[in-house]
Amino acid sequence: MGAIVKKPRVLDAAALGELFEALKAAGHTLIGPVPRDGAIQYQPIDGVADLPAGWSDFQDKGRYRLNETGEASLFDYASAPQSWKRYLHPPRLKLFSARREKGRIRFDDEAEPIPKYAFIGVRACDLNAIAIQDRVFIGNGQIDPHYAARRERAFLVAVNCSRAGGTCFCTSMGTGPRAETGYDIALTELIDDRGHRFLLETGSDAGESIAAGLDAAAAAPEDIDAAAAISERVAGNMGRSLDTEGLPEILAKNLSHPHWDAVAERCLACSNCTMVCPSCFCTSVEDTTSLEDGTAERWRDWDSCFSGRFSYVVGGQVRDSTRSRYRQWLTHKLSYWHEQFGSSGCVGCGRCITWCPVGIDITEEAAAIRATDEA
Amino acid sequence: MPEAAAVADPMVPVPYRVLRQRREIDGVHTLDFEPAEGRTPFRALPGQFNMVYAYGIGEAAISLSGDCDDTKTIRHTIRKVGAVTAGLCSLGKGDSVGIRGPFGRPWPLDEARGADIVVVAGGIGLAPLRPAIYGLLAKRERYGRIAVLYGSRSPEELLFLDELKRWRGRFDLEVEATVDHTTGGWFGQVGVVTALIDRAGFDPDNAVALICGPEIMMRFCARELEHRGMSPADIYVSMERNMACGVGHCGHCQFGPEFVCKDGPVFAYDRVEPIMTLREV
Ligand SMILES: Cc1cc2nc3c(=O)[nH]c(=O)nc-3n(C[C@H](O)[C@H](O)[C@H](O)COP(=O)(O)OP(=O)(O)OC[C@H]3O[C@@H](n4cnc5c(N)ncnc54)[C@H](O)[C@@H]3O)c2cc1C
Ligand code: SF4
Ligand code: SF4
Ligand code: FES
Repeated sequence: MGAIVKKPRVLDAAALGELFEALKAAGHTLIGPVPRDGAIQYQPIDGVADLPAGWSDFQDKGRYRLNETGEASLFDYASAPQSWKRYLHPPRLKLFSARREKGRIRFDDEAEPIPKYAFIGVRACDLNAIAIQDRVFIGNGQIDPHYAARRERAFLVAVNCSRAGGTCFCTSMGTGPRAETGYDIALTELIDDRGHRFLLETGSDAGESIAAGLDAAAAAPEDIDAAAAISERVAGNMGRSLDTEGLPEILAKNLSHPHWDAVAERCLACSNCTMVCPSCFCTSVEDTTSLEDGTAERWRDWDSCFSGRFSYVVGGQVRDSTRSRYRQWLTHKLSYWHEQFGSSGCVGCGRCITWCPVGIDITEEAAAIRATDEA
Repeated sequence: MPEAAAVADPMVPVPYRVLRQRREIDGVHTLDFEPAEGRTPFRALPGQFNMVYAYGIGEAAISLSGDCDDTKTIRHTIRKVGAVTAGLCSLGKGDSVGIRGPFGRPWPLDEARGADIVVVAGGIGLAPLRPAIYGLLAKRERYGRIAVLYGSRSPEELLFLDELKRWRGRFDLEVEATVDHTTGGWFGQVGVVTALIDRAGFDPDNAVALICGPEIMMRFCARELEHRGMSPADIYVSMERNMACGVGHCGHCQFGPEFVCKDGPVFAYDRVEPIMTLREV
């Protein structure tokens, strides 16, 4: 961060492997998009051959489908079901083990080797989601050392979207479709009569030093224009939109709105939306003891404001009804987050819409409250 | 991205051991803890809480209930309601626990200088207020009149009875207790704690109220204090929510825009009144 932005370069598609090799040589484990089990998944990859060449996705409320396009494109899809969150903020993590020794408890901090990732193909919305989780886990008074250590080591290769998904609305949230900041290297995939290539921009010293070792010439004005045209086209093709003007205040003063009951009639409180959401950060702690040797452990697992015991206090759940849980989710994302962390908690990635089994759409629900603002 | 030097994990407790324990009333125990090694002074403020870990069972948020000027021992008063609190209440001298903390915002004792003070406690809610009462009495000259109003369900459930009696004997402190029901042998008041507010001596234009108890009791008390002319900005309540971290990371304690663990548990009533009067926030 803070580096002087260098002139864009152009990297031939055939040379993309060089970038991957350079990252591997710098000690990074590559995590990138892989077509697997009917979806794009961010998983450990070895090289370019693992990328979803010729795959694209179709997304709508409660619907996701991968399609073969027969094209040469490597990054022609929208949000993958899971985000990078699962690598920086793992779904399940051991926090300590403990044993009793000479009348005291000895706590052993988990000194696990911290992975050094390079994420390949981070979308602009997800860059913003990572910046949000930085504020939650690093910039919020207390630091989560597990997150901080993974985050510090991570190298982010953004790839600008070349198509908007059916549930995307990053333009409404001011988070995309073009990666503006927060990346080490940003690529835009260009396929036209000038060939299959990537516009390569660097956003950090680390990015610049990797890029400097690649066989990538200075970009021609045509390459820069082509990339800008792609982002412009994508921005005009968003599957969804959300009017955020005054929305935090509108939601905060409509906690008694009857529309929460209407959503609750459909919502299954299944937690899918919070699990796929790249910014949702909630966790629970589980303390255990081994029957064999009496050692104790503490584990941390992702949790959700939709789950049964989330708000339990002696005597019962604070938020017992589905109505109150959905209201918590929506108001946290789109209203209270601003007060807590200085931005919306939603980056418009569309995952919660796509992966809701009953097709509840955050943009529609927020709009419904706005349309009948009663307060 | 923000810089993060190698930092200790706020989720890993520090080992402590039980120095002494006493049964207060049925199901409520007070435990004193000292560090299992070393003697780093423990500095906390009245109203703050710790996450107390019962080995292998789990953790519970427990408020400081002792004198915060004592930096050598940590005192907690714990009501047995489930696995963790039962585990803690069963501990005796020499047993070990883990403690993380202190967390949260304290009672506004400094800001309340020069004002009359109304302390209102319900049930176990007297425990988190006791350090505040100690703090007020330690600097008695700073404050105007001080009233301690305490309500519990029955005479058997009144906490810190000896101490209440001792405070009651002081000329510079008004102490009133009431119970909801009595089985005889109680010569004090019968009725809800809000009724005591009517009679307490304080100047509503220059008073600060500290309330801790069940949410509904705090709401009624705040309303009563407002009826007597107090501004909601001068009324403080201590909120309880589910807590799994204490440091703003787990999300459980959210209460509207607030994280109870770090923005609270003590809140000025004007800040939380709009959401406190709604259900299931
Ligand atoms: C700021 C604060 C201060 C408190 N101060 C005191 C005090 O001074 N004395 C006292 O006796 N009690 C206090 N409590 C309440 C105490 O934290 C709960 O009674 C305790 O967590 C119950 O745990 P349990 O396992 O014994 O109960 P159970 O009812 O068995 O709990 C079952 C499960 O629910 C969870 N649970 C229940 N209540 C809570 C909670 N509030 N937060 C997180 N998880 C919960 C437990 O983790 C457990 O897994 C305080 C609570 C808060 C938030
Ligand atoms: S709330 Fe939905 S659209 Fe917004 S960031 Fe989360 S998953 Fe994406
Ligand atoms: S929306 Fe729910 S799960 Fe997501 S961060 Fe907020 S409280 Fe946690
Ligand atoms: S207790 Fe975890 S965020 Fe407050």
